[in-house]
Amino acid sequence: MSHLPVLPILIPLLAGALILLVERRGVMAQRIVAWIAMATLLLAAALLLVRADQGTLLVYLLGDWPARLGIALMVDRVNALMVMTTALLATASLLYACAGWDRRALHFHALFQLLLAGLNGAFLTGDLFNLFVFFEVLLIASYGLMLSGGRGLRMRAGLHYVVFNIMASTLFLIALGLLYGLTGTLNMAEMALRIGAADPADLALIRAASAILVVVFCSKAALLPLYLWLPETYSRAPAAVVALFTVMTKVGVYAVLRVYSLVFVFAGDATADWVWAWLLPAGMLTLVMASLGALAGRTLRGTVAYLVIASAATLFIAFALRTPAAVGAGLYYLVHSTFVTAALFLIVDLIRRQRGAIADRLESAAPMGSATLLGLLLLIGAVSVAGLPPLSGFVGKLALLGAVPAEHTWAVWSVILVTSLMTLVALSRVGSQVFWRAEPLPRDRPAPTPPRRLEVAAAMVLLGYGVLLTVAAAPAMRYVQSAGEQILAPETYIEQVRNTPPKLRKPSP
Amino acid sequence: MMEFALASAIGVLTAAGVYLLLRARSFDVILGLTLLSYATNLLIFSAGRLAVGKAPVLQADLAANLDNYTDPLPQALVLTAIVIAFAMTAVTIVVAMRSRADNRSDHVDARKPGCDA
Repeated sequence: MSHLPVLPILIPLLAGALILLVERRGVMAQRIVAWIAMATLLLAAALLLVRADQGTLLVYLLGDWPARLGIALMVDRVNALMVMTTALLATASLLYACAGWDRRALHFHALFQLLLAGLNGAFLTGDLFNLFVFFEVLLIASYGLMLSGGRGLRMRAGLHYVVFNIMASTLFLIALGLLYGLTGTLNMAEMALRIGAADPADLALIRAASAILVVVFCSKAALLPLYLWLPETYSRAPAAVVALFTVMTKVGVYAVLRVYSLVFVFAGDATADWVWAWLLPAGMLTLVMASLGALAGRTLRGTVAYLVIASAATLFIAFALRTPAAVGAGLYYLVHSTFVTAALFLIVDLIRRQRGAIADRLESAAPMGSATLLGLLLLIGAVSVAGLPPLSGFVGKLALLGAVPAEHTWAVWSVILVTSLMTLVALSRVGSQVFWRAEPLPRDRPAPTPPRRLEVAAAMVLLGYGVLLTVAAAPAMRYVQSAGEQILAPETYIEQVRNTPPKLRKPSP
Repeated sequence: MMEFALASAIGVLTAAGVYLLLRARSFDVILGLTLLSYATNLLIFSAGRLAVGKAPVLQADLAANLDNYTDPLPQALVLTAIVIAFAMTAVTIVVAMRSRADNRSDHVDARKPGCDA
């Protein structure tokens, strides 16, 4: 089907508009539309994944202009994988929200679908300015989702989040203005060729623009020193929303991988490789700091938020190694860490509500209800995120360690192994504090209501994805390895983009 | 001369924007973001090169090259950027007003006036 690449953007966009129309008919009508859209989106993402795995690049020309003039959507194995991950994550997140949060937050379903449209657009577009537009779409929806139904300190965290992201968007526009002025195109593939043939006098400005872009993407991906906004924001946002937010840091990581494996590769060594030379130590430093943050966490959600930063930092290390095996292992780890950190956010939200006034502070509280079930869920999540066998975290980290080139072995192995131990210690501390140290039960307080079935199911679905990734590790690894090879071969990518003619427009301009 | 005027306008707007952005009151921060977005819009506009009296729309009697026309794409980009910046300013103002009402302070960290801790 030739319109397949645009469907992951169109479906949630239309569903979001439709949900706004049926909002007055009550929450059930919204849920029905949302689930129909979700099922269609899953189907489209799966078809896209199968098509992308055939190895050819799908190019979709919006408005039927050739790629160098108009906006093009492009699907290779990496994009298709990201869209699939988002769709699977959103399913669990929607399930969790349908247990009751969607009644309390105004316009939840509409904003949720628009956020999905923005995410899928950012993953699929092949045009830098279009990437900016989809960043804005997803950010605007995320402001609404984060702040809807909130007050007080969440508003303060929201103000920081909004201002920080607008600043990053402004920098993005500055970089785009420079790059368009120097190359005269916004299509990534075309820009790569023109930067390769650029006047040496322009190279300094191109390098400056590439440096501004990396700041923008790293602020989204929460790399040191730009991660300070994340723990506060993520620990104040509602759980169903923050589960989906875990993929938003991955948008930044994906943008770095895409732009710096494509746009700047032909610019000569000084411009092409300096970003990766910087990102490797920055990633390692972030990983250490984030693990320290998780160790020092004073709240449940704060600890998990630092684990999100740690997972993004691990991805930067993997991608900065620039070998197909390392990038492939990084992509596997990306999918795994998205699911497992989202699961942890849902689980700690369930735990938090069982602990009365202590909520998610790491202090002794009265014995909680449903401790066996929640303890088991937290245990599975912790084993997976720390990278212990037998779950997907272990497979991902093992593949990554195995793919490290000889000259980096010492540094990368020691950082990853030591931080894994720190994560394990941090989560053991959380587990023993929450489940084993209990105050006597006060007489006057009624027992907390047990967690709703839908919410537990959503957390289990996310953990189930991790188990599935472990069971199907062989085909998943084969897929991500070929994805790594594909993204490190920009020449074929550019050739396929340039050779896609418009379908109806004749003669081709 | 035109290049100098535009470049200094961008520079002054950026400097003022960054200064206001670093202040502690949310109203100043929002003004700073607005000034920065103006600077960015001018920068994008200048990416299409500066020209006087040239149209971005093709005419029948003129050959289609950049000697006769100005590049229309940066103008379209600026329009997009203006719309987004405008919407974002509105969002920030609403969030800042709500934060001020809830936390009784328009300090960006929601502190009470006169309290430096």
